[in-house]
Amino acid sequence: MHKSEHAWMIFSIVTLVVFLGIMGVAALHDDIAPPSHMQIIDPTKVAQTAPFDKPGLHQTGAHQYDDYVIAHIFSFQPSTITVPVGSTVTFYATSPDVVHGFFIPNTAVNLMVIPGWVSEETHTFRTAGTYLLLCNEYCGAGHHFMYGSVEVQ
Amino acid sequence: MDQAFVQRENRLIIAHIYFATIALMVGASFGLFQALSRASWLHLPSWFDYYRMLTAHGVLNALVFTTFFICGLATLMVYRAIPRNRSLTIGWLAFWVMAIGSAMAAVSILSGSASVLYTFYAPLKASPWFYIGATLLVVGTWIVLVDLTGNALWFGRNHPGERLPLVVHGSVTTFVMWFIATLGVAAEMLFFLIPWSLNLVPTVNVMFTRMLFWYFGHPLVYFWIMGAYLIWYNIVPRLYNGRVFSDSLTRLTFILLLLLSTPVGLHHEFMDPGISSDWKWVHTMTTYGVVIPSILTAFAVFASFELAAQRAGIKGFLATIAWLPWKNPAFSGPALGMLLFIFGGLGGVINASYAMDTIVHNTMWIVGHFHVTVGGPVALSFLGVSYWLIPRLTGRKLWAPGLALAQTYAWFVGMMIMSTAMHWAGILGSPRRTDEVSYFGSTTAAVWMPEMHWAAIGGSILFLSILMFVAVAAGTLFTPKTETDPIVFATVEPEALVTSPLLDRIGVWAVVAVVFAFLAYAGPVHDLIAAHPYGAPGMRTW
Repeated sequence: MHKSEHAWMIFSIVTLVVFLGIMGVAALHDDIAPPSHMQIIDPTKVAQTAPFDKPGLHQTGAHQYDDYVIAHIFSFQPSTITVPVGSTVTFYATSPDVVHGFFIPNTAVNLMVIPGWVSEETHTFRTAGTYLLLCNEYCGAGHHFMYGSVEVQ
Repeated sequence: MDQAFVQRENRLIIAHIYFATIALMVGASFGLFQALSRASWLHLPSWFDYYRMLTAHGVLNALVFTTFFICGLATLMVYRAIPRNRSLTIGWLAFWVMAIGSAMAAVSILSGSASVLYTFYAPLKASPWFYIGATLLVVGTWIVLVDLTGNALWFGRNHPGERLPLVVHGSVTTFVMWFIATLGVAAEMLFFLIPWSLNLVPTVNVMFTRMLFWYFGHPLVYFWIMGAYLIWYNIVPRLYNGRVFSDSLTRLTFILLLLLSTPVGLHHEFMDPGISSDWKWVHTMTTYGVVIPSILTAFAVFASFELAAQRAGIKGFLATIAWLPWKNPAFSGPALGMLLFIFGGLGGVINASYAMDTIVHNTMWIVGHFHVTVGGPVALSFLGVSYWLIPRLTGRKLWAPGLALAQTYAWFVGMMIMSTAMHWAGILGSPRRTDEVSYFGSTTAAVWMPEMHWAAIGGSILFLSILMFVAVAAGTLFTPKTETDPIVFATVEPEALVTSPLLDRIGVWAVVAVVFAFLAYAGPVHDLIAAHPYGAPGMRTW
């Protein structure tokens, strides 16, 4: 009985080490990190603060774009962008009111948009189609109307 | 017949269990409407909208039901393990503070002035009554801690040289962990949300309140799990003539949960700005630490099954499983809950990995995950063990035991269907906390709508199961008085290891737990303060 107890303890610790090892390699070697942008912004002056005074898509290079998005109740501004296949888009999102989500299903773009902070994530759209963009954090009575799209042509 | 003081104690515990039952019943009926609304099978009127019901469902089921049941269970365990003619003033005081707080929060939600969901993320601005009510619920649990600790100290003074009874150790450790965790939400309420909702301060620091919330929010789920573990270790063996496999392993499990529950909360904020990915990685590692007490518990539970079966002359895995009392609802509830916990554990390991969490964060996957955990091992253990507790507490025969048995299996089937559909819908991208998820004919959304239909079917079965539980719980109050067995907890296997007295130093471990929490949060809190973030004025958006 004592032996099995100890064997099981060792098994659980080995499990833990294996899990963390795999993730450690992904995090430290493959540089996979969660979105952790540290930029602040006055939530009461979003529309007057660059670059959110000119929200929308800005081309920064060949197949390279920045998209500055204001997430407010209950829509995204801009709600739809169109980019060519193979484009790499860096999304910057902030909120002038309450917490929103910025989520493009079937991609790894999944951000919390916090008033007072700018969230950032980059994604390369390799397949043509209409990508749904939606708010995945409850923001009020019209939360389910808050959606848009990324048109990849 | 029990002594008079035992009967007085029983009334206090019954009050907790039935208050929990009412909260479960009311909250679950809202859950049914949500499942039907998301399947587009029902359109909810604006005077009773989805988000108001979602808030009520979360607060009543995840916070009120669980808290009342665990407070009742831990109080019962400590009172029964330390029999004495004690004053119940402090026990009833805790009950009424919690009850009044819950009622305040419930009324403000149902009247529509607090549709902020059970996470109440600022700067959604609810009525102050909601925040004050929720705070009172927490304060009531602190009174329970004082009661439990007082009894444990009394035991130490009057039984020098004796080990703290196992159930007292588990109960007190659970509430010490809970106290350390609730300091976060209490600070969020008292220093941020309540003054702000009363318009005493103009703005709120959104990221700071989120961090305080999740400092509390993840240990909250371990509070539920520790309630289920108290049942699995100390009551379930009684149902198959079993014993607690190991005293030391049980105490170690609870101490590990005390240490590892708090320094993990940032894994709920992987997708947040303002927290460096380094700190998110630290909290990923600590979150995985909870794998150890979970696997230890799985081992201890099965070892207890096996040893009891061997004593009955049963050998072999399948024969042992078949031998267990599957026709006793007090066993089938917790045991089916353990089966559901396998899926809960697997999902939890995925959520805690921040790369995979990117795919599932704030999708229906998460909803599936916490339904198969708090609605699986936790709720099903609570309901199942109620069939054992209620007759013994009321001195009445269980009404309709066949219905009680069917309830546990119906719950299992309903939860399997609903949580599987929710998990799958989440992988397909369906967001959580959203009334209408068809997005006006979007082809992306069309893919997950069949899953929402399955979730509604599973949810309807679950609701039927809750009606069955309520019928048995209410019916038992009207059966004739009879001689019922006293409440006795499982004893430890005689060959078990001798426990190190170190594991009984709960106060010392509490200090270590606070140090761990400090180490895990000092960095991210410092970063937030150093960033000088702007406050947000907040508003009511519903």
